[in-house]
Amino acid sequence: GASFGTGMERVIVAMQDPDMGMKMRNQRLLITVIPHAMTGNDVIEWLIQKYNITEEEARHLGGLLVQYGYIYPLREPRSLLLRSDDSPYRFQTPYFWTSSRWPATELDYAIYLAKKNIRKQGELVDYEKENYSILHKRINHTWDFVVMQAREQLRASKQRRKADRIVLECQEQAYWLINKPCVNIRRALGRNRVKSSICLESFMKYSEQYLHHDPIMSGCLPSNPWISDDTSHWTINTDMLRVERWSFSFMELLNDSMGRREFMIYLEKEFSAENLCFWVACEDLRHGESSKIILKVEEVYKNFLAPGAARWVNIDSKTMERTLEGIKRPHRFIMDDAQMHIYFLMKKDSYPRYLKSELYKNMLAKAIVPQETKKSVFPFMRRQRHSSPSPAMVTQATEDDGKAKGAGPTGTSSTTNSQI
Amino acid sequence: MGEMEELRKEADNLKDQITEARKVVQDTTLQEAVAGTTLVGRVQLKTRKTLRGHLAKIYAMHWGTDTNCSKLCVSASQDGKLIVWDTLTTNKVSAIPLKSSWVMTCAYAPSGNMVACGGLDNMCSIYNLKGKDGNVKVMRELAAHTGYLSCCRFLSDSEIITSSGDCTCVLWDIETGTEKTIFAGHLGDCMSLAVSPDFKMFISGACDFTAKLWDIREASCRQTFSGHESDINAIGFFPNGNAVITGSDDATCKLYDLRADQELITYQDSGIMCGVTSLAPSLSGRLLLAGYDDFNVNIWDMLKAERVGVLAGHDNRVSCIGVSSDGMACCTGSWDSFLKIWN
Repeated sequence: GASFGTGMERVIVAMQDPDMGMKMRNQRLLITVIPHAMTGNDVIEWLIQKYNITEEEARHLGGLLVQYGYIYPLREPRSLLLRSDDSPYRFQTPYFWTSSRWPATELDYAIYLAKKNIRKQGELVDYEKENYSILHKRINHTWDFVVMQAREQLRASKQRRKADRIVLECQEQAYWLINKPCVNIRRALGRNRVKSSICLESFMKYSEQYLHHDPIMSGCLPSNPWISDDTSHWTINTDMLRVERWSFSFMELLNDSMGRREFMIYLEKEFSAENLCFWVACEDLRHGESSKIILKVEEVYKNFLAPGAARWVNIDSKTMERTLEGIKRPHRFIMDDAQMHIYFLMKKDSYPRYLKSELYKNMLAKAIVPQETKKSVFPFMRRQRHSSPSPAMVTQATEDDGKAKGAGPTGTSSTTNSQI
Repeated sequence: MGEMEELRKEADNLKDQITEARKVVQDTTLQEAVAGTTLVGRVQLKTRKTLRGHLAKIYAMHWGTDTNCSKLCVSASQDGKLIVWDTLTTNKVSAIPLKSSWVMTCAYAPSGNMVACGGLDNMCSIYNLKGKDGNVKVMRELAAHTGYLSCCRFLSDSEIITSSGDCTCVLWDIETGTEKTIFAGHLGDCMSLAVSPDFKMFISGACDFTAKLWDIREASCRQTFSGHESDINAIGFFPNGNAVITGSDDATCKLYDLRADQELITYQDSGIMCGVTSLAPSLSGRLLLAGYDDFNVNIWDMLKAERVGVLAGHDNRVSCIGVSSDGMACCTGSWDSFLKIWN
C-alpha cells in the first residue's frame, strides 16, 4: 500500500543525502559512461552501515528497493535483482516512483509501447505486442495523439547526449516493467479463493476416477512389460481403459490422437468438423515456430474467419471483431480468444452428444479388456515368488499356498483365473 | 533503527492481511476431509531394470512423453554424457558427449525429436535426435543466464523454459536462440520448474523457500506459495493441474492448492530428517514418490499424508525421479551412477 511506499522512500532519500548518503561515481556501461551511479556492493555496504543490520538483511532490503523500482540496474534491465558485485545501478527519478499518486495510465503505457515500436521494429515482445493491440482497440479514438506524442518524445530524446538518452531509456523501461497497467480485462482483480474442503474433495474424486488407470496402484493388463517382457500392452490399440478415459473430460479426448480422430469422424457426420480443424490450427500456431506465425495467421484467417471462407467457424461478433483487429499485428496468442470460444462450443455441445452416440458406444463395445497373462492380483500385494526347488532336494510335499502353480519365472502359462 | 522497524511493521501488516484472507476459506482439516477414504495398503515396488553406463553421479532424468517413446528416457551425468535409454531393453539409444561435464538438468521434448541439458556452463544446449544422417548434434546453445542452469522443460519443439541460479526463469525461442520472456521475482536461486498440463502456466521452486506460479502468456507471477523453512529443490503439478507439490531441504513435501491459494497438506515424518531432492506423483495422483538425501525414495499416500512404502536400492543420494507418462513405471537416478526402473 501507499504507506509501505513512503517508508522505502525515506530510505531512498537518506541514500541520496549529499553528506551521509552513498558515494556515487561514473559507471561504465559497455562504451558509454553513465554518471551518478553505484554498484550493487555499494548499496549493500551502505545499508549495513547506516542501519546496523546484517548483510542478509541488507540484501533483502536492497532487493525490495529494486523490485519496487526505486533503484534500477543498468545492465540487464529486466532482471530486477540487487547483485552484491560491481553491477551498476542508479536511483530512479522521483517522477517514476511507484508510490506517486500519479497513476500509470493506459495512455502513457500506450505512448511508451508506440515509442518502442517506432524506434525499432520487432522490439516488442509477445505480451507487449498483445497489450499494444488491446490498447490500440480500446483507445483508438486518441491513437493519432499517441503516435504523435511518441514521435515527439523520440525526436526530443535524439537531441540529448547519448549517456543521458540511455539513462532515460533505462529509467523508463524499469518503470514500465514494474508498473505496466493490467491491460487484459480477463485478469481478475480480486482473487476468489475456493474453500479448502472443496479443493480436497476434488483431489479425492480425481484419484478415485483415475484409480484403475494408474498402473502403480492397480496393475495393468495384459501384464506389466517390465516384468513380463511382453510389450503387447502398447500394441493393443483400443483397450477399454483408453476409450473410457475419453469420457472423463474433453481434454482427455483431445489429448489422445485416436480420440481426436474418432471425434473428427463424428463431427464430419454432423457437418461441424471445421470447429475441430480450427482448434488444431490454433494449437499449431501457439506452439509452432516464430518465423511461421505470420504465415499461419494468414492461413487461419483465409480458411476459417474470412467472409465466405471454406470452413467458416461461428464465433460471436465481439470475439470476431477483436480477433480481426488483432490480426493486423499477429503474434502467437492472437487466436486464443477465438480458440477458447470454439473449444467451449464443442465441449458443451458436440462432446456430450458424441459420448452418447452410436459411434462411441461401438468403440466401447469393440474395446478389448486384455487377458491377463500372469497369475497375480495387485502388483504390490504380490506374494514372494520363489524359484521351484530342485527335484533332487524335494523330500516332502510343498505347501499348497497357491504360489508356484505351474508358472516359471518367465510366466508363459495361460491362466484360468478371472480378470480384474 | 526507527525507520527499519517501521518498514518491518508495514511488511508484516500486509502479510497478515493475506494470511487472514486465506484462513477464511480453511473450512476443514485434512483428517476430516479424507475421513471417508481408505488408506492405500502397503506399496511395494521392485527394481525391474538397472540402467548401467554412466561413470559418475547422475543429476537428472526425464521420461519421453510421445506415445512412440513412452519407454524412452534421457539421463544426465557429470561424466559429461547425456544418454537416451530404451528402459525396456536397457539399450542405449544415444550417448551424447557434452561440451561441459558440469550438467545439472536434462529434458525430453514432448515430440521426441529433441533433448536439452545445462548446468554450470549457464547455458541450455538443445540436441536434435532426428538429424538427417542419424548423428545427434547440438542444434542451439541458449546463453543469457548469469547463473547455473538448474532445470529446463520443453513447451514444444519451438519453445523451452529454463530456471537458473541467477534467480530468474526464462522462456526461449529455440528457432532464433533468443530470450522471449524473463520471469523475475524470486529472491534466491531457482532450483526447479514444472509446466502445467495445459502448457499455459508453469511453477518454479527456489532457495528463497517459495514456489511461484507464472502465467506464460502474460509474463507475470500469478501466485506465490510460502511455508517451507528451507530451499525448495523439487516441484511438480498434481495431475489435474490444480495443485503444486514441492519438496524441500526442510525434509518435508507440501501440497499447495491453486484455487484455495494456500498450503493444504504437508508430508512429513519425525523419522525423516534429510532433504527432499526430487518428486513425482503417480498417474492418478494418489501416490507421491519422493527422493531423499538418505539414499531412499519414500512413497506417500497423497490424500492421507502417510508413508506407505519405501524404495531402497541405491547406494547414494537419489537425485532425480520420474513416473512415465502412461504411469507404468517409475525411474530413479542416483549419485551411485545407476538408474533403476521400478513397478
